[in-house]
Amino acid sequence: MIAIIDYDAGNLTSVARAVSHLGFKCIVTNAIKEISMAERIIFPGVGAAGSAMESIKRLGLDTAIKEAFSSGKPILGICIGTQVIMEYSEENDTKCLGIIGGKVLSFKFDAILKNGPGLKIPHMGWNRIILQKKHFVLSDLNEEDEFYFVHGYYPIPDDPAHLIGTTEYGIPFASVLGYKNIIATQFHPEKSGRPGLAILKNFCEWKPC
Amino acid sequence: MLSKRIIPCLDVRDGKTTKGIKFRANVDIGDPVEMARFYYESGADEIVFYDITASSEKRNIMIDVVRRVAETIFIPFSVGGGIRTIEDMRKVLLAGAEKVSVNSAAVKNPEIISKGAEAFGSQCIVLGMDVKYVGKSDKIPSGYEIAINGGRTFMEIDALQWAINAEKLGAGEICLNSIDADGTCDGYELNLTSLISENVGIPVIASGGAGKPEHLYDVLTKGKADAALIASMVHYGTYSISGIKTYLDESGIKVRNRW
Repeated sequence: MIAIIDYDAGNLTSVARAVSHLGFKCIVTNAIKEISMAERIIFPGVGAAGSAMESIKRLGLDTAIKEAFSSGKPILGICIGTQVIMEYSEENDTKCLGIIGGKVLSFKFDAILKNGPGLKIPHMGWNRIILQKKHFVLSDLNEEDEFYFVHGYYPIPDDPAHLIGTTEYGIPFASVLGYKNIIATQFHPEKSGRPGLAILKNFCEWKPC
Repeated sequence: MLSKRIIPCLDVRDGKTTKGIKFRANVDIGDPVEMARFYYESGADEIVFYDITASSEKRNIMIDVVRRVAETIFIPFSVGGGIRTIEDMRKVLLAGAEKVSVNSAAVKNPEIISKGAEAFGSQCIVLGMDVKYVGKSDKIPSGYEIAINGGRTFMEIDALQWAINAEKLGAGEICLNSIDADGTCDGYELNLTSLISENVGIPVIASGGAGKPEHLYDVLTKGKADAALIASMVHYGTYSISGIKTYLDESGIKVRNRW
């Protein structure tokens, strides 16, 4: 059973639908017992880091997630789920879970330029991943595959060894992070068509060593 | 580098897709779930559903359509039309849509944008704008006026000012429809699109007037749009999404070409 952690952070049904579509059993839950019994964990979310961390703490999920990490269970972070795994987010000046060392910063571009390209914020739409390090979950990745992003903040890991993939949007930023039994994407694999579903399927079959 | 998005738009009435010309004479052209699956499999980057169901009793049919679409396609989709309250937004998002678009209701009550953004996040809230060129005046300095109720009622609101306000209120994206261009197949309204896109910091989807791939090229370059909405040109099989993308790719526009 895969536990999809429910902490009032947006539309989790889309992750559940994608996982079920792939033929894996999952449950959307915030019950600590169910999370501790699950074989693997998906930690999704949209919204803001501040309210996400508030809900996580209120529901006692901070301890549950850290315990799942130390138990060696495969964990997949998605979007805000990925950001709150870091130590700190600039968004709402938020102290996060600190499972991966590093912080989350906002894109700082001038979106409104009369005579230039002017990058808009959020980074919304389809973009590529440049693989920095091989990983089982990304083993089907083709360099031309694109994934759906929607975010105004991005993670920066302290240790470059945790960087699995990067994406270009004005600057190169970390779009996939990996550390031991955790893999975390800034994009939404559940909304990224066939290549996104391939990532979810690989995660559901991943046996971290 | 971010790809420009190609977004088919499906008008849905009583659970069936239709395509109107200048908002009139709608004819049924198919099942929305099957059409969504077809476009998902043929490379659409996102899908927009616009519910034009007249009677409120039949609105739950749309929620059922949204639920079935969400089980079928794994790309983002948005739902608009008849969204009047935060509760309407919640129903659509819980049924599985990524985004919800508000148009007339936001003009009448701009707070729905800020309350929606607060409850569900800005990335969920799309402002739909129906705009007509009326000539520059003191009341309408940009020359573009906002209409509501499917383009029938003019509001004496300047389109540019409204777009800037909506961004401040927390809209995450703008879907900009030109009433003048809609249904003509003569091309998007490029002046309007670049005017809005250059003056807001959120993505702008151009809508209305697409008849051939060159029109998409124009609106994504000169029009400065981040995405282009298409309807008739693909609904009737005149063009395919992959054909349009090949054309754009060969013209130097970055599009998603593997799916």
